[in-house]
Amino acid sequence: MLELQNVSYLVDDTEDGNQKEIIKNVSLTIDNGFVAITGPNGGGKSTLAKIIAGIITPTEGRILFNGEDITDLSITERAKKGITFAFQQPVRFKGLTVKDLLTIAAGKSVSLTEVCGYLSEVGLCAKDYIDREVNASLSGGELKRIEIAMAIARKTPLTLFDEPEAGIDLWSFQNLIHVFENIHEHAGGSIIIISHQERILNIADRIIVIANGEIKDSGTKDEVLPKLLAGAAPSPVSIQENALGCPTLLDKMS
Amino acid sequence: MAAELNAIQKTLLENIADLHEVPTGAYNIRSNGGMLGRNTTANIDIVTKTDKPGIDIIIKPGTKNQSVHIPVIITQTGLKEMVYNEFFIGEDSDVVIVAGCGIHNAGDEGSEHSGIHTFHVGKNAKVKYVEKHYGMGEGTGERVMNPSTEIYLEEGAHLEMETIQIEGINSTERKTYAKVEKDASIVIKEKIMTHDFQVATTDFKAELVGENSSADIVSRSVAKNKSKQTFKSNIIGSNACKGHSECDAIIMDEAIVEAIPELTAANIDASLIHEAAIGKIAGEQLIKLMTLGLTEEEAEAQIINGFLK
Repeated sequence: MLELQNVSYLVDDTEDGNQKEIIKNVSLTIDNGFVAITGPNGGGKSTLAKIIAGIITPTEGRILFNGEDITDLSITERAKKGITFAFQQPVRFKGLTVKDLLTIAAGKSVSLTEVCGYLSEVGLCAKDYIDREVNASLSGGELKRIEIAMAIARKTPLTLFDEPEAGIDLWSFQNLIHVFENIHEHAGGSIIIISHQERILNIADRIIVIANGEIKDSGTKDEVLPKLLAGAAPSPVSIQENALGCPTLLDKMS
Repeated sequence: MAAELNAIQKTLLENIADLHEVPTGAYNIRSNGGMLGRNTTANIDIVTKTDKPGIDIIIKPGTKNQSVHIPVIITQTGLKEMVYNEFFIGEDSDVVIVAGCGIHNAGDEGSEHSGIHTFHVGKNAKVKYVEKHYGMGEGTGERVMNPSTEIYLEEGAHLEMETIQIEGINSTERKTYAKVEKDASIVIKEKIMTHDFQVATTDFKAELVGENSSADIVSRSVAKNKSKQTFKSNIIGSNACKGHSECDAIIMDEAIVEAIPELTAANIDASLIHEAAIGKIAGEQLIKLMTLGLTEEEAEAQIINGFLK
């Protein structure tokens, strides 16, 4: 359904005047199911997601979605073709309410019951949030859940989540996984999740490891995860307990 | 006196007072410098001033949950008027007052309405005051409105003012003054959008003279094209009081926005705050809405509508 062909992204390095390759000749095909992308910070994961969503235009290569070349399509056109991108850092809007955003996301007028459904899936009590402005009064975790609720409202064939677990402190992973399953069940297609969380990698049908702008490893979770956890090839990885006792793959791959 | 409304008058009334028909309760509709309709009730009297153009609105003490509509509409090109409306709001009452002015100018001469509203709000009375300004019409004549509002709040009184100007006014200079006594409070919410070559100046002044008095002034505005906005606010605290003013503007195209906040504290227990922010629509807001399927123009419209909602 999604195919990247020799995608590269170069930027001018202001410090030394040379060009820096953020994404280096990446080719990959993603079919139905859960795909997890992991790898160190600064390795190019989020850039790749932005390239797929149309926010960043690659300097080389083509992107195909359901066989159609979408490389030159705008963000809006890609969204309309069925690509959703849940940001790592959600955006605040003065004046727009949670209901406004969910209505825009759904692309139609939505009933109160539907809005409540989206919010309860991300563990928010609808009556407390529906008319809240998506502004600075909401915490990072609340914004993140609303960002995920928007992806649920869209239910498109391809959904990209950039570190969906970040900032969602006390929300069980089981719920987050249920959200992925629910989107998959309703919309079919693929869910691409950028994550460092072992528990999310654990549900993936396929894991892609990206470091230094390149694909370092790719395969089923049974093939890739043991290597990541063992710190063997492709690069050393360690596990550390975070504040809530969730094991996190640290960004020590190089 | 019952009022008969034509289509243009109905459109103007809908835009400035959300009225689809002649309102229930007390009202006075002024049209092209004359009276189009008036209704008084047992508790609310409306009397034409004898010394100058305008009306006195007298609300008996203890009047609760009643409303007064006093819209002004102008459809005659070249009409210029200055109107004095004075409100006497009795103690312990709780009322909603809807004013506003709509100009439809189909001609090439300027139409202008200057309204001077004075509020005397009695002890412990609560007032919600809504004022909307709206202009339309295919003529080249300018549509000008200069509303002045003076508010005197007695002990324990509360007034909330909502002032909205969304489109169609070429030039506006709005002045609002409030004197706030002990335990009294004022809240002002302003929303303005200007476009093309429009000019809008806002000048708020609040004197917090009583102990435990407060003022909260919040302005949100959008300046498009080559329009120019000026926001001035001055909160003077001469007793133990709380004052807050906030100006938040979205600037677009080649517009100019000026924010001039002033705070004067003349008492050690006066706590005064001002916040001002002027900026364009954040790129990430546009991108987020575009990833939800909106075009850039649709995203911009959503952001502005939400901001001014």
